[in-house]
Amino acid sequence: MAFVARRLLYLVPVLIAVSVLTFVIASLLPGDLAYVILGDQATPENVAALRHDMGLDQPIWLRYFGWLGHILQGDFGRSFRTGQTVLQAMSERVPVSFELMILAELLGLAIGVPLAIACAAKSGSAFDRFMTGSAFAMLSVPSFLSAILLIYLFAVELRWLPATGYVPFSEDPLANLRFMVLPALTLALAEWPGIMRVLRSDMIAALQEDYIALAKAKGLKPSRILFVHALKPSSLTLVTITGINIGRLIGGAVIVETIFALPGIGRLLVGAIYNRDLIILQGVVLLVAAGFVIMNFIVDMLYAVLDPRIRHGHA
Amino acid sequence: MSSGVLLSVEDVVVDLPTPRGNLRAVDHVDLAVGAGRTLGIVGESGCGKTMLSRAILQLLPRKARPSGRVMFDGQDLLRLPAEKLRRLRGRSLAVVFQDPMTSLNPVLTIGTQLIETIREHLELDLAEARQRGVDLLAAVGIPAPEQRLEQYPHQLSGGMRQRVAIAIALSCEPKLLIADEPTTALDVTIQAQILDLLAREQRRRHMAMIIITHDLGVVAGRTDEVAVMYAGRVVERAPTSALFKQMRMPYTEALLAALPKLDAAPHTPLPAISGRPPDPTRPLKGCSFAPRCRYAAGRCNTEKPSLSRAETPGHLYACFHPIETGAGAVA
Amino acid sequence: MATLELGLEEDVSAAPVRPARRLGALFRLAIGWMMLVFAVAILADMLPLPSPTDMDMLEKRAPFSFEHWLGTDGFGRDELARLVYGARVSLVVGLCAPVIGLTIGGALGMLAGYFRGRFETFVVGSMDVLLAFPPLVLALAVTAYLGQSIFNLTCILGVLGIPAFMRVARAATLSLARREFVIAAQALGATHARILLRELLPNVLLPLLAYFLLVVAVTIVVESALSFLGLGVPPPVPSWGSMIGEGRESLDVAPRLAFIPAIAMFLTVLSFNLVGDTMRALTDPRQGAL
Repeated sequence: MAFVARRLLYLVPVLIAVSVLTFVIASLLPGDLAYVILGDQATPENVAALRHDMGLDQPIWLRYFGWLGHILQGDFGRSFRTGQTVLQAMSERVPVSFELMILAELLGLAIGVPLAIACAAKSGSAFDRFMTGSAFAMLSVPSFLSAILLIYLFAVELRWLPATGYVPFSEDPLANLRFMVLPALTLALAEWPGIMRVLRSDMIAALQEDYIALAKAKGLKPSRILFVHALKPSSLTLVTITGINIGRLIGGAVIVETIFALPGIGRLLVGAIYNRDLIILQGVVLLVAAGFVIMNFIVDMLYAVLDPRIRHGHA
Repeated sequence: MSSGVLLSVEDVVVDLPTPRGNLRAVDHVDLAVGAGRTLGIVGESGCGKTMLSRAILQLLPRKARPSGRVMFDGQDLLRLPAEKLRRLRGRSLAVVFQDPMTSLNPVLTIGTQLIETIREHLELDLAEARQRGVDLLAAVGIPAPEQRLEQYPHQLSGGMRQRVAIAIALSCEPKLLIADEPTTALDVTIQAQILDLLAREQRRRHMAMIIITHDLGVVAGRTDEVAVMYAGRVVERAPTSALFKQMRMPYTEALLAALPKLDAAPHTPLPAISGRPPDPTRPLKGCSFAPRCRYAAGRCNTEKPSLSRAETPGHLYACFHPIETGAGAVA
Repeated sequence: MATLELGLEEDVSAAPVRPARRLGALFRLAIGWMMLVFAVAILADMLPLPSPTDMDMLEKRAPFSFEHWLGTDGFGRDELARLVYGARVSLVVGLCAPVIGLTIGGALGMLAGYFRGRFETFVVGSMDVLLAFPPLVLALAVTAYLGQSIFNLTCILGVLGIPAFMRVARAATLSLARREFVIAAQALGATHARILLRELLPNVLLPLLAYFLLVVAVTIVVESALSFLGLGVPPPVPSWGSMIGEGRESLDVAPRLAFIPAIAMFLTVLSFNLVGDTMRALTDPRQGAL
């Protein structure tokens, strides 16, 4: 419990620092917001009036606290282009990104875990060397490359799957999945090499342990030794990898959503940049960073819950 | 003594390829254990005793090359198909390793690790197997065995963990139990308890047992026969009582002298064995112990002594200059 | 002191010689490809290439020919020339940004590992804040506000690399600061600056440089990703990422426009990863043995 409290306490300064940094980055803009909003109609008088209306003529720290105050009341601002609030836009987009990231991680695990087990069981074999090499090569393939390759194969050449588009799951689950397959597979292709490499070396280390020798000496079946005695201790590693992957998944989602035209957070972000929709951009960056921090916290907690040594060590 | 040999190790050699050349960990070893008997294997670390036990259990490192024969219950373990070997291990051939901290799986409960062994080899349903597990834990002296089944190894003390490991080894009434330094990782105060537990269960279940240790004191009152190993070879082998009455090999004598004695005056320095065992990748031409032996002379450095008979029945030693009768009565 | 350090290095390099030899052929191929990319990037102006930005609307997506070895793109620009000048952008950003990260991160990590205390807490805490942003999102946001230019892109990607270099430098410094040669220098009355620069830096630099190559690979990927989205290097400057992005529009008629820069990028990133991984294995301080 003390462990949880300590980690939770640490979240507060990190989140505050994240908000400061987000605000400072947003204030770096050469010229300022008033010019962007007014565009062609920017006359010195108009700009001055708008700056005053928006409070932009106040010192930066005052503006920060004003902004933070609004955020603490749940007001993240409103797009001056679409009139949508940041929270509205986010709540529409989050489910799409979540579905994409969860599908991608599941797919990545579905590819990576069996390969890792097979390689660890036959470490040093031709199969192991080939798969380890392939995983290493795949680490050098960024997701936008695999996206192009997949689109070319499955949408352009074979015409099996749509290249872009989206249907909400609630409207038509099957169509939704058809649109999701390629984006999720793209991200999964970037995920499995990491999963496989770490789990493989972890399992090879586990297989050298005394408790594996004892499991063999107990006359257990090879499958039980592999899947229960060696995989269970290594499964903690999977939680860690999944946690580490979140950051890359979010980054990957930005690219993949843009390529496949999925209406998720990533596309919202990129769209906000294209349209210079700075309020949306600021809100999205803050919420994504906060979400990322909190997800990392949850992964830490999950790790503690899963490992009996940590769980009882602090109980 | 001749009542049915259960395990016989015949001319076993274990070679390990290393970057520095071939390492002969076990060098032409012959041993036998009768059903229900106890054998102690004694030697310094690196003398090959653990590698020998791993050869018997067929748990050698993947790159190790064993040869010879390990006959157990009429079958050669070195040539047994994997599936037959699996049915034998845990069922009639069990083991207790040195460190119960590392030999029990940290993320599986005691119950899982105990019951999986029982269910693998005996035709019992889950409830029966569980009951047997509880009985076993009680038999090895673990209080509140029901609750222990749900606990993880790290929640138990070192001594309790080793009791669990013993319970696992005993779970299918094995014919032979190999205890590889079963007390080395434990507190001194616990060591005697664990050794007595092993001895008691051995007698009660009429199983054969091999105790592997670096400590002559461990085997003294608890074994029928002792084999002393040095540099991969058995250098002296004798019924326990005969050995302690009259040891012939200078190395055995040195091992015994290195033991602390209760009746010695306080602060008596322990006579450590000077020098180090020879590099196992660079075999010596003569007796491996010669460089450290105070009796070594002449052909000790040019010729390997073979294991030969002494006057006492069953006593064998490999030495050109054995300790004379009456000279080595230290114990 | 000198003998001690020598002893350490021997211990470290003795063990992992084998993987390097096993990787021999691949390793040499990777070095060869890296040298080729470097050579064409440096010599781009001297090579007999057409301009990478001259458009020829009559020769859109022309196939391979003597005039255009790799054909032309959707604007009739010479693909090979764009590939070569793209390599230049990738390498400039890919090498300069990690230099920023290495310098700042390495210095912070060494200071944090050497002085410990509040300063270390502060440095590690600030890095946690920086790491709280998904890297690509932060890069996107900052370039959006600062404006697109190669300089801005390099700076932001450099800043993103600071936490990783900081960790490597701090870990190495922490383990070294307790060694005899540092304690001996302290006992001899050496100043902090002297210990940091003369005793610690040479030992910390090796793992940092090995790590550097891996960060170069990541940086090239992130730069390309940003350019692919049209938010990295401003057009019409050719970059592998933007070439792939433009090629994506014509996947159905001329897939090679996407795949040629893709292959060039893949090989380059793979080479940096391969060489970096080998170097890291060689310099990996398995100091538990000491």
